[in-house]
Amino acid sequence: MGLAEFLIQALNSFQYGLLLFMLAAGLTLIFGIMGVVNLAHGSFYMLGAYLAYGFTTLTDNLGMALVLGAGVGFAFGWLLERGLFRFFYTRDHLDQVLLTFGLIYLFEELRAIVWGNDVHGVPIPAWLKGSVPLTDTLSYPYYRLFVGAVCLALAVGLWALIHRTRLGMHIRAGAFNRTMAQALGIDIERLYAIVFAMGVALAAVAGMVAAPLSSVYPNMGGSVLIMCFVVVVIGGIGSIRGAFIAALLVGTVDTFGKVLLPQLASMLVYVLMALVLLWRPQGLFKN
Amino acid sequence: MSASHATTTHLSPALMRALAIATVGLALLPLGAEDYTIDAVTRMMILALFAMSLDLLQGVTGLVSLGHAAYFGLAGYVLAFLTPESEAVSLWTSLPLAMLASAALALLVGALVVRTSGIYFIMSTMAFGQMVFYLFFDNKALGGSDGLFVNFRPQAGWFDLDNRLHFFYFTLVCLLLVYGFLRRLLHSPLGRALQGIRVNEHRMRAVGFNTYTHKLSAFTLSGALAGLAGYLWGAQTGFINPELMGFHWSAHLIMMVILGGMGNFAGAIIGAFAFEYTLHLFKDLPVIAGFDLGQHWQLVMGLFIVAVVVWLPQGLLGGLQRLMSRGDGQRGAPHA
Amino acid sequence: MTSRRQILKQTAAVVGTASTGLLLPEIVRAQSNKVRVGFMLPYTGTFAQLGIGIDNAFRMAIDEQGGKLGGREIEWFKLDDESNPAKGVENAQRLVQRDKIDILVGTVHSGVQMGIHKVVRNTNVINLIPNAGVHAATRALCAPNVFRTSFSNSQPTLALGKAMVARGHKKAVWITWNYAAGAEAFEGFKQSYEAAGGTIVKSLGLPFPQVEFQALLTEIAAIKPDAVACFFAGGGAAKFMRDYAAAGLKGKIALYGSGFLTEGVIEAAGPAAEGVISTLHYSDSLDTPRNKSFRLAYAKAFKMQPDVYTVQGYDAGLLMIAGANAVKGDLSNRKALYAAMQSAKIDSPRGAWTMSKSHNPIQDFYLREVVKGENKVIGVAAKALADPGTGCRMG
Repeated sequence: MGLAEFLIQALNSFQYGLLLFMLAAGLTLIFGIMGVVNLAHGSFYMLGAYLAYGFTTLTDNLGMALVLGAGVGFAFGWLLERGLFRFFYTRDHLDQVLLTFGLIYLFEELRAIVWGNDVHGVPIPAWLKGSVPLTDTLSYPYYRLFVGAVCLALAVGLWALIHRTRLGMHIRAGAFNRTMAQALGIDIERLYAIVFAMGVALAAVAGMVAAPLSSVYPNMGGSVLIMCFVVVVIGGIGSIRGAFIAALLVGTVDTFGKVLLPQLASMLVYVLMALVLLWRPQGLFKN
Repeated sequence: MSASHATTTHLSPALMRALAIATVGLALLPLGAEDYTIDAVTRMMILALFAMSLDLLQGVTGLVSLGHAAYFGLAGYVLAFLTPESEAVSLWTSLPLAMLASAALALLVGALVVRTSGIYFIMSTMAFGQMVFYLFFDNKALGGSDGLFVNFRPQAGWFDLDNRLHFFYFTLVCLLLVYGFLRRLLHSPLGRALQGIRVNEHRMRAVGFNTYTHKLSAFTLSGALAGLAGYLWGAQTGFINPELMGFHWSAHLIMMVILGGMGNFAGAIIGAFAFEYTLHLFKDLPVIAGFDLGQHWQLVMGLFIVAVVVWLPQGLLGGLQRLMSRGDGQRGAPHA
Repeated sequence: MTSRRQILKQTAAVVGTASTGLLLPEIVRAQSNKVRVGFMLPYTGTFAQLGIGIDNAFRMAIDEQGGKLGGREIEWFKLDDESNPAKGVENAQRLVQRDKIDILVGTVHSGVQMGIHKVVRNTNVINLIPNAGVHAATRALCAPNVFRTSFSNSQPTLALGKAMVARGHKKAVWITWNYAAGAEAFEGFKQSYEAAGGTIVKSLGLPFPQVEFQALLTEIAAIKPDAVACFFAGGGAAKFMRDYAAAGLKGKIALYGSGFLTEGVIEAAGPAAEGVISTLHYSDSLDTPRNKSFRLAYAKAFKMQPDVYTVQGYDAGLLMIAGANAVKGDLSNRKALYAAMQSAKIDSPRGAWTMSKSHNPIQDFYLREVVKGENKVIGVAAKALADPGTGCRMG
């Protein structure tokens, strides 16, 4: 592999890693910070992608679709939290596992009823079409760079929110000790609802932003789900910084693995996770 | 910190009687039932065995494994590899070998993952499960993504596994033996130690238990029992594929165990039966008001699971127990 | 009433309900003269669109000819196989043992097909395969009661190699998913491309069903072959074409594929699909009266556009009708039935085709190019192409 190709693969790794972080961001919030196991995360991602498809067929404007979709995602998450999830905070992780497992079935079927089973595409906004040439054969699409930038902004924004704002402080307090935080006057009910809704909205937004790249099709949430959990766990639950680093690590292992070790490519990410957990049983950055 | 999952270790006498009656019913089933029903119930019993193996790990020791299917599938693959092209292999050599293979894999993986805990443990088991899955999925030499046939059912000698009834009763005997063994284990020093580890591992260590070896023993034993189930599955269906080692199979197993009620093995059996049965039931649903419920069975399944987890925190067995004790006055309240 | 009696009543009730439940369904098993047809297809999940299309089209074929098979009424059954190989045998047995079907139409996914094969191979059930291209079904594991109306995984790519060389693309990179269908597609490509004088510079694979192609597209760009040949399908195919174009490879390195690359996903891929050349035994734009009338009829009946999968389901219906008519509905006359089905000439929307000795279609493969959002037929890549049927011990 020449230097030029190496650099480009490094760029690919970085960009894939950023994408993974964005996909996992919602899970980092709900699972990492709130401690709720959410297997339906992939379903929310899929919801976002289908919303992007639905809205762009109506308005033909991805930006508008993003705003609308984020709103729908937030509202949906809020309702879900108030109506169902809030009864499960004091229950075991396993109950949450079973609950969200049931929800996966539900959401998948609702999606089939509302949008059908076809494969759909979401067009890239006109102002982002085009690519920057890297070599005489290969170019890099502007949209991917844009997505990368969005992910970076998201990472910074999320970290700032959790670690530098009052709301973030309350969230961390509530996650650490719910009753104590309540005793100190924090409206825990509302806080949890906000965080949960944000998590769902984040997953949906990730789905929407990625939709022009990935296309929209049934079951698209399935493989994303596993990757997201892998990223959150390698990084260490509760750590945004950890999830970020883990995502970049996974992106690198996956990208270079495909090229250098194609025979083992499928397993490499899992080998990575196993190695990390054996070295640091609580993930890279303990909370 | 969320509460530890409610488990039902002690069964009320009423419930025990009910289960005994159900077992007798099960044993008498083949006498009046169709071929299909016998095969279907045999399959449910195999899944029940599989579920009990996980319950030992999950319900008793508190270790949730998302990679348990690897041990199930491996045993099936061993049977497939041992069965020649044109004749059957002996049950008495292939079954122990298959279970040994599963136990060996479980020992290997367990030695590594048992050091982690909580969600990290779950994810580590998942990682190893996926590695094993891809090993078989990617390699044509091991059968590849389309899987392998088990060309003939194993030869047992003095009974004939090709006979539907013999296979049913053989599976039933395995189920009862394993159930009895596990119940014995539950009340043995090892069993009590494992439950202690689930409740509070630090305390157990403080008292002087080597929790690592205890957990590893449970992990290996669970793997071996999962291997028994996998072997029977391969023998019954004659078709082994990588998905039998995969993430979805492991996830479904966890659901069965939680659904049924954890910690006492009868729940695992009920969970396996219920999950399989309701799946078939929902796919059979008719068209109501123009809406094909059978085609949209996922909707019904999703609602069913959500309903169970919301209203029956101790699973179906716990619910059954409460139902019995209500008709029974105050006798037989569940021990949480 | 003592509590003991109560308990016994309760448990008896439980056991009773459970066993009657298990003895569901009600279906009339008695001597009825109806033919039982069972669909084992994916009605949910990634391949739901294919499953539903096949179901629709098969029924349409039967309805067009009077709604009966060989003069007999039909009783329909269907089962969602969820494209789950682990449940393949179980689901097939439900239809065969419980519902006692005579004809099993299924399935889409090759892994599940192996499960079906295990069940039907040694029984009397007629299995019509409307999609799954796994080689073994019409090669080493062929059976007199199993007929495929779709393709074998290497057929489309067997037709591709010569066409690529003819167009001047002698150095190619092959890329696909690492699983059985991808490997079997490669087998066809390697054979035809090398026989025509082409050189496969590199064969790339990525884990199934991953869709992160960037790393491998970068590698392709570095290798700089004349062309890329591939096998992808569904959402992954759409993404591949989009990523290929976005990486600037489109226009510089020609993109060819087994026809599934552009089936049902052109709309999703958008302008990225323009100019992609593929080989398949069907094309939506096939300009024949037979195809046109079929497409019109299907769209009218189901408010959906048909595709290659629908045609395969439709042809399964035509094949069964041919067989049933030949024996005047007496499906127990196996010798005559199989003879009729083996020698049938199917007047399909894809063009007329016949059965090979191993029960796989001998059919024409069209060379298609995506022009203005449609797979335009630009030629015939291979005429009357048969699968070798290696290892099949029939006929």
